[in-house]
Order: sequence, then structure tokens, then C-alpha cells
Amino acid sequence: MGTVKQPLLATVLLTATLVGGGPQAVAASASPHAPAPGGAVQTSAAFRTASVTHPDPADGDTDSEAATRASRWQALQKALFPGRSMDDGAGIVKLDAPPRAADAALVPISIDLSTVKPVKGVYVVIDNNPAPLAAHFTFGPKADPHTLKLRVRIDAYTNMHAIAESQDGHLFVATRFIKASGGCSAPAGSDDAAALADMGRMKLHLVGDFAAGKPEQAVLMVRHPNFNGMQMNQITRYYTPPHFIRTIDATYEGGSIFHLDSDISMSTDPVITFGFVPQAKGQLKVVVRDSKDTTFDHTFEVPGPGRAAGTPEAADKAPGA
Amino acid sequence: MVTTTPVTRRHALIAGACLCCAPAFAQKRAGETNAFATEEVASGIYVRRGVDEDVTARNEDGIANIGFIVGRDAVAVMDPGGSLIDGQRLRAAIRQNTQLPIKYVVMSHVHPDHVFGAPAFQNDRPQFVGHARLPRALSLRVDFYGKRLQDTLGKERAGGVISPTMLVQDHAEIDLGGRVLALTAHGIAHTDCDLSVLDRNTGTLLAADLLFVKRVPSLDGSLRGWLKELAALESVAARRAVPGHGPTSVDWPSGAKDLERYLGTLLRETKEAIAKGMDLEAAVGSVAQSERSRWSLFDDYNGHNVTQAFKELEWEQ
Repeated sequence: MGTVKQPLLATVLLTATLVGGGPQAVAASASPHAPAPGGAVQTSAAFRTASVTHPDPADGDTDSEAATRASRWQALQKALFPGRSMDDGAGIVKLDAPPRAADAALVPISIDLSTVKPVKGVYVVIDNNPAPLAAHFTFGPKADPHTLKLRVRIDAYTNMHAIAESQDGHLFVATRFIKASGGCSAPAGSDDAAALADMGRMKLHLVGDFAAGKPEQAVLMVRHPNFNGMQMNQITRYYTPPHFIRTIDATYEGGSIFHLDSDISMSTDPVITFGFVPQAKGQLKVVVRDSKDTTFDHTFEVPGPGRAAGTPEAADKAPGA
Repeated sequence: MVTTTPVTRRHALIAGACLCCAPAFAQKRAGETNAFATEEVASGIYVRRGVDEDVTARNEDGIANIGFIVGRDAVAVMDPGGSLIDGQRLRAAIRQNTQLPIKYVVMSHVHPDHVFGAPAFQNDRPQFVGHARLPRALSLRVDFYGKRLQDTLGKERAGGVISPTMLVQDHAEIDLGGRVLALTAHGIAHTDCDLSVLDRNTGTLLAADLLFVKRVPSLDGSLRGWLKELAALESVAARRAVPGHGPTSVDWPSGAKDLERYLGTLLRETKEAIAKGMDLEAAVGSVAQSERSRWSLFDDYNGHNVTQAFKELEWEQ
């Protein structure tokens, strides 16, 4: 295991929380992994399991709430993209998410990128999360950067932004408001235990028919609890230590599909849908590195022509360390 | 908040509730308990039907079926209620019925609508009975649940949790005098700490949230596990069961059919969705929709259930 690079995201996030000024900024405090006692949350989809919900403040979104969100975003923009302007992403980047999430700890989001502007990367920012920058994808030469799907935690009613960075360095933004909360401090479930026991296991399946040189959608699943350090044991008063995925690198036949810098906003057992352009039968390799500097790597055999859609699996080679 | 024993102090801390206020509340609210009606579903077994709603300030989290069982020498409570107020009303109802000591408070699982009323029974010094995994589940979740319940009901009315003093690993019995209750700690099902009670005298199964009737179930444990535990419960020698939500009593085992069908549909259609390569968001919109007209609160919980099922099943081969 090599040395860990100082996590870029954490540095940026620290700035973001200091500058942020929104109600979350103080709670997020010096470390993005610090618990946020009393921070966050009024209503929780996750909490509905426990049969408790609350009046719905954002159903009648007031001007002042909208203004608070706007100033929060302005502060985040300055912190995360200093000195850079941002254009409306209409026609270039589209962000989809359920308006009201069924489970705040596992909110599926989807990002569509047009072919009009070649894109080199995408940022996902969840404004009111303790660590707002949830993900930064950088696409490589083997990518088909048109659709991305992932699952995130949402801690409070929030705006979410997808920012596409074009090859010529311009930023384009799409915005969504999402009603969900409690996703970050939601207590561990039985799936967390399963994820921990099975950590590093991966699955990959291909969505469409294989055609050489044509874009192919792949769904990558990684077993990892992605503990965000915000779940407290009330008796010991200890928090489950943060333990989460920092980077994922996917390559096809040695060429990069994407590099992902991620953080504590990714759900337990991350699932990522991405596109790549296979030429023929070949190897798709995934390397995951987590916050304990453990790496997991798997190589999947991508079948050549003649495989029907949905046939999973890209055979799973033995896991690395 | 002066307490006399370490256990009590710890309980009070865990509960986060001002217990010294409790008696005052009971008095202030005396006479307001008319909404609290229990029904005798079998000889000596009384159940208050919870309303089919999510918690609101108005319903005081009295949304679960809770009640008590009277033996020759003692009373057992199951469950203690969804808030301090709910628990106090249950206690008042017990005292209108009998002066026998409340020796046991059975807490069926970790969810607040069933157990946050426990502090109302603390002065009775009962055994607080729970699944062997209940303490862990409570410790992980009390803060999360407590805050949100306090936001809705106010700090003084929300109640809190009490750590069980009697843990059930597999099976246990409690004797109320001429009435032995058989307790079963279940595998991961509705939650990871479900406890059921069988009164052999009357053939009554107190299933708590292992059984939902008419109100849509909520899945917070394991879908496969729940189906397995439900199948096992159906062979229990009972003629009726008390669901955790829904009517106070249903015939047994026929009363399990709707839940079994819903969970079976959820399993089958989620598996099909995964096999087809369907996304989670697409599955949430389509799985188990045939059940929609059969349950109250369906739209509030089905999406959550599909999400839970999806993430459980997507890792199977």
C-alpha cells in the first residue's frame, strides 16, 4: 500500500464549510467527518420506517428559505470553484433525482451529459450535507461520458448541483431541490454489517447489447459500509469511526474510463452506472481505495460480440488486497 | 433529576426525559384520556388500537397497537407506547382495570412508536423485557429517534427509551400467576430485534410489528428473514393474533395472508427488476404497485420498502 495523498476533497471542504455560512457550516466544523450534533434534520424519509414524520416545511417554500439556499450556493461556489464563472447547464447537463427520496441514506441520482459540449469531468455538490462535495468524476479516453448514476446520502432538505466541466474548461451547472433528510446520521442498518463483512466485493454488469466501438453502459457495485463517522453509540458516546471510499479508478484495456474522488456522502455499498466504449473482448479493471488506504481491485472480463443484454457478468477475477 | 440507583440514572440519561415532570403531566392530563380506549381481545388481554397515521403532535405518537395482559398476580405491558404521554395513558387505563403490580414491560422492537412510552412505567420498577439485540439497536438509534420525536411532540411529551433489564436470546417465559407467557426472540425480520409473545391460555399471539394488517408494512430488517419468521409464526398454536398495526385482533393464521402476499410480491418483483437490469429508481416506481389499493399509507412506505428490498437482494447471485 502506497502513501496516501492528502485528500484533496477534505481540504476543499474545510474551506467550504468555513466560508459556507449556512446553518450547516458550523455543525460541519473543522473536519468533514466530525459529527454534527443537533445539526441537520427535520424530516426524514429514512425515519419513516420508524413511523415518525414531521410537518413539511418545504412544501410551502418561503422566500427566505429560497434566499438562504441561494446564498449557501454562492458561498459554496466561491469555495469550491474560486475565481471561476459558471453558466446555466440547460442543454448540456441534466440532473435527475426523486423530488422526495424514499430513503435519505440511499438516494438515486442520475446525470445526463449532452454530446454538444465534450465534457472532461462532473462535480456533484449536495449543498446542505456536512461534506457538500459528494463526488468528482474525471473522464478518461475510454469513457462515454453521457450518463452517470450514483446513490448518495442526503442530510437535510437541500439543493443539489451537477457541474459539468467542458474540455475547454467552462463550467455548466444543473440544479435540483430534494426533500430528504437524516441520511447522513441515519443509524447503521443490517446492511452495514453485511457490507463490512463482505468489504471489497464487487459486481459489474453490462446493460446493453455489445457492439464493438459503440458505447456500453455498465453498473459497478462495490461492497463497502462507507461509514461517515456520524453515527453515535449513545451509551459509549463513541462514533463509529469514518471509513469510506476516497477514490475509484475504472480502466478498460489499460485506458482510463473514469477517476472518481468521493467522500462521505456516498451511500453504503456504492453503485455507479457509467458508460465506456469497448472495442472487443477485453478487461475492465476497477481499483477502489478507501480512507484507511486499503485498496481493492477487481478485473472483469468484458465479453465480446454475441452477448445479449443484461447478461451479467463480466466474470469476476479474484479480489486484490 | 435526582435518581436513586445507577440503573435508573442511566435510564434517565438515555431517555433524555425529565422524569420528575412525569407525575405532574399525568395529573394535568387526567380527564383527557377519553380518547384512549382498549378492547378486550381475549380474556384478560386488552389492546388499544393505534391510528393509521404517522406521528403528529395531535396523535401523540399513539399509532401502534399497545396493551396489557392481566394474570392472577401481576400485569404485563406490551408495548409501552409511542411517547411518554401515550405510555401514561396506557398506565392510567391499566389502573382503571386492576391494581395488580405491573411486573413486566415487554418492548417488542426498537421503533419509537412502540417503546418511547417506557419511562411512564419506570416507577413500577418492572422488568423491561427485550430481544437480546434490542440494547444495541436502541443505543444506535435513540438519539436519532429522540430528537425527531421531540421536534414533533415537545421534549416533555416525547418520552425516551429504557434499556431492557431482561433479555431474551431465543425463548423465555414469564409467569403472571396462572398465566405463562411464552416469549420468542426472532431472527432479522421487520427489524433485527423482534420479540413476540404467546398467551397459551387463550391462544393469543401478540405479534407486534411482525404482523401488519391493513396498514402498509415497513421493512427495516430483512425481507427474506421476515418471510421466514412469518412462516414460522403461522404454525404457532394460536387462534388469534394481535397485529402491531391494524385491527386489535385477527384470526390466526389466516390473518397473516395479506402481509405474506405483500412481502412475497415485494420479493418476487424486486428480484425480477434486478434481473432485468432495472435501476433502483425505476424499481421504486413499479414494484408491488398491485398492492397499492390494499393498504393505508402505501405511498408513504412502499418506496422505502422497495429500496430496502433492492439493496438486500441486489447482492445475491
